[in-house]
Amino acid sequence: MRTIKFLLQKEFLQIFRNKGMLPIIFLMPMIQLVVLSFAATFELKEVDVHLVDFDRSATSRALVTKMQATGYFNIQSHSQDVDDGIRMMRSNDIQLALVIPQHFERDVTSGSPTSVQLNIDAVDGSTAGLIQGYGRSIIQDFSVEVQPQIKQIQQQRRRAGINIIPANWYNPNLDYIKYMVPGILVVLVSMIGMFLSGMNIVREREIGTIEQLNVTPIKRYQFIAGKLLPFWIIGLFELVVGLLIARLGFNIPFVGSVLLLLAIAGIYLLVVEGIGLFISTITSTQQQAMFIAWFLMVVFILMGGLFTPIESMPGWAQDLTLFNPVAHFIKIMRMVLLKGAGWAEVQHLVGILTLMVVIILPAAIFRYRKSTG
Amino acid sequence: MNPISVQNLNKSYGGVEALADISVEVEPNELFGFIGPDGAGKTSLFRILTTLLKPDSGEASVLGLDVVDDYRTIRTKLGYMPGQFALYEDLSVRENMDFFASVFGTTLEANYDLVAPIYSQLERFEDRLAGALSGGMKQKLALSCALIHKPELLVLDEPTTGVDAVSRQEFWQMLQQLKSQGITIIASTPYMDEAEQCDRVALIDNGHILNIDTPEQVARNFDQPLLAIKASSIYELIKKLRSYEWADSVQPFGEYVHYTDKREEPDISKLELYLTEQCGLSEVEIKSIEPDIEDSFMNLMQKEVT
Repeated sequence: MRTIKFLLQKEFLQIFRNKGMLPIIFLMPMIQLVVLSFAATFELKEVDVHLVDFDRSATSRALVTKMQATGYFNIQSHSQDVDDGIRMMRSNDIQLALVIPQHFERDVTSGSPTSVQLNIDAVDGSTAGLIQGYGRSIIQDFSVEVQPQIKQIQQQRRRAGINIIPANWYNPNLDYIKYMVPGILVVLVSMIGMFLSGMNIVREREIGTIEQLNVTPIKRYQFIAGKLLPFWIIGLFELVVGLLIARLGFNIPFVGSVLLLLAIAGIYLLVVEGIGLFISTITSTQQQAMFIAWFLMVVFILMGGLFTPIESMPGWAQDLTLFNPVAHFIKIMRMVLLKGAGWAEVQHLVGILTLMVVIILPAAIFRYRKSTG
Repeated sequence: MNPISVQNLNKSYGGVEALADISVEVEPNELFGFIGPDGAGKTSLFRILTTLLKPDSGEASVLGLDVVDDYRTIRTKLGYMPGQFALYEDLSVRENMDFFASVFGTTLEANYDLVAPIYSQLERFEDRLAGALSGGMKQKLALSCALIHKPELLVLDEPTTGVDAVSRQEFWQMLQQLKSQGITIIASTPYMDEAEQCDRVALIDNGHILNIDTPEQVARNFDQPLLAIKASSIYELIKKLRSYEWADSVQPFGEYVHYTDKREEPDISKLELYLTEQCGLSEVEIKSIEPDIEDSFMNLMQKEVT
């Protein structure tokens, strides 16, 4: 126990002396939260539009004005040629070419079917979907507005039917930040656990200090505890800082128990540190370790439901997330923070994480023995 | 019981033989040197003796303990200084000392007497980071750290490599001092001139021990008359000497070329005639010299090859 204390002392001395790493360790939660939460948003912002209005009537102008008034669409240019719009789309000047056909006003007022064409740049699929969604609802709104004056009776008949009243639970305003912040906190904790602890062991090997340590009576478990504990502590500390920023800076509701969350984070950190330790046993330089850790991290994040919902992945990919600790912890974070889930609701996920600790940590320690002969 | 006792030790790395049938005994309170070129197997042997590496076959015991079975006890009793500087460069001199003292369950104060002669030279720099020390200072710090727990045996792997001549001299003096306090020391070095500082040396090359003896005796083992020859062009001289019919060995040694003859007694005047008249070399100078340990080592290495 005394030996571990001395190892911890030494480790913290080195961490706090590392002028390159220290600021990053403490700035990381802030920068990640602020930048990612604000930048990674699914809300539609000012779409540049090219307008091709063949009708040039009061009604067509009213539609365009309505679209502009929402603040989502910004008429960049207009001409009488659809090809102009396509050309501008190709050079990334606009994302939408709106085409209003001839006789638009006549058809709308007479009640005969007419259409408006939305040519959308769909390179970015999710933005295209949003443009289409927003555009459709504005145009539908518009058609409802102009028609009742003419075809009131018909309108009433159309209105009858099933009316949908959506109610968004846990995140009533569909606030994207509320969805992102818990996930980003998970990424933060994972980086500390997986990168720093594993890298630290490889570093001792790379600069040769492990030689000197190996001839001391330090036992293997003491050495590993001395390497894992500092970053376990820093990881939890980072999480607390991150949660404070989330609460005070982003008004993220803490519906569930923060203590429960920290306890689970303690288990989760052991999982990622175990992975980091395992990587350190199969690499001999920090560069190799960094590369492998990054590779795993990117896979974990992309398949972990941070940006895209796991439910929309193909079946095999959904099955694979069972082995993805990041996915489980993101889920737990969102459940506890936003929905107020308690122990009963998350216990099966915590069980999976615990199982991972029980498998990975001994495996890494076993490999560490072998790799140091 | 000898502090180090090695019998028929073998170690190879994936088919490459690093140590072949090594046997050596180091006596109590000896300053024992392993002399050999880079890649001779010195470090492999030291890593086995310090329990960092397992031998493929053979027996090795350190302080009466088996290097494989009792590695844990051995580690508390020996001080090891690896060839590469292996202390924390981002910790200060004092922090390094305190850390290594603490993992051995002791303190700098408790063992200050032993390290004082060396550490006192470092005390001015106690707060300096180890990475900012000069080569000689680093080496003193590493030696202090290796001594902090009063080891019975000190294992120094190429302690003087990369250190200036004055510091090297100083370092061997420190080792003599430690020896006088009853510590057994083994050290390896690629520098032949350091062999004379040891009580006994083992000449090691290609994983084989060529000879174990006192430095004087090793030099005396060289039983042929030795000539030192100089000429205006060393390169031409070596070439011509090697093609001389009686030439046995021709080794460049600084500005001279050391030459041995195949005959009992070399004919110096004939040789001079050959070099000046037949080969047209100028400023030829030939003298008879006493062989030193380096000549002996070269000689043994050559015999090994042939």
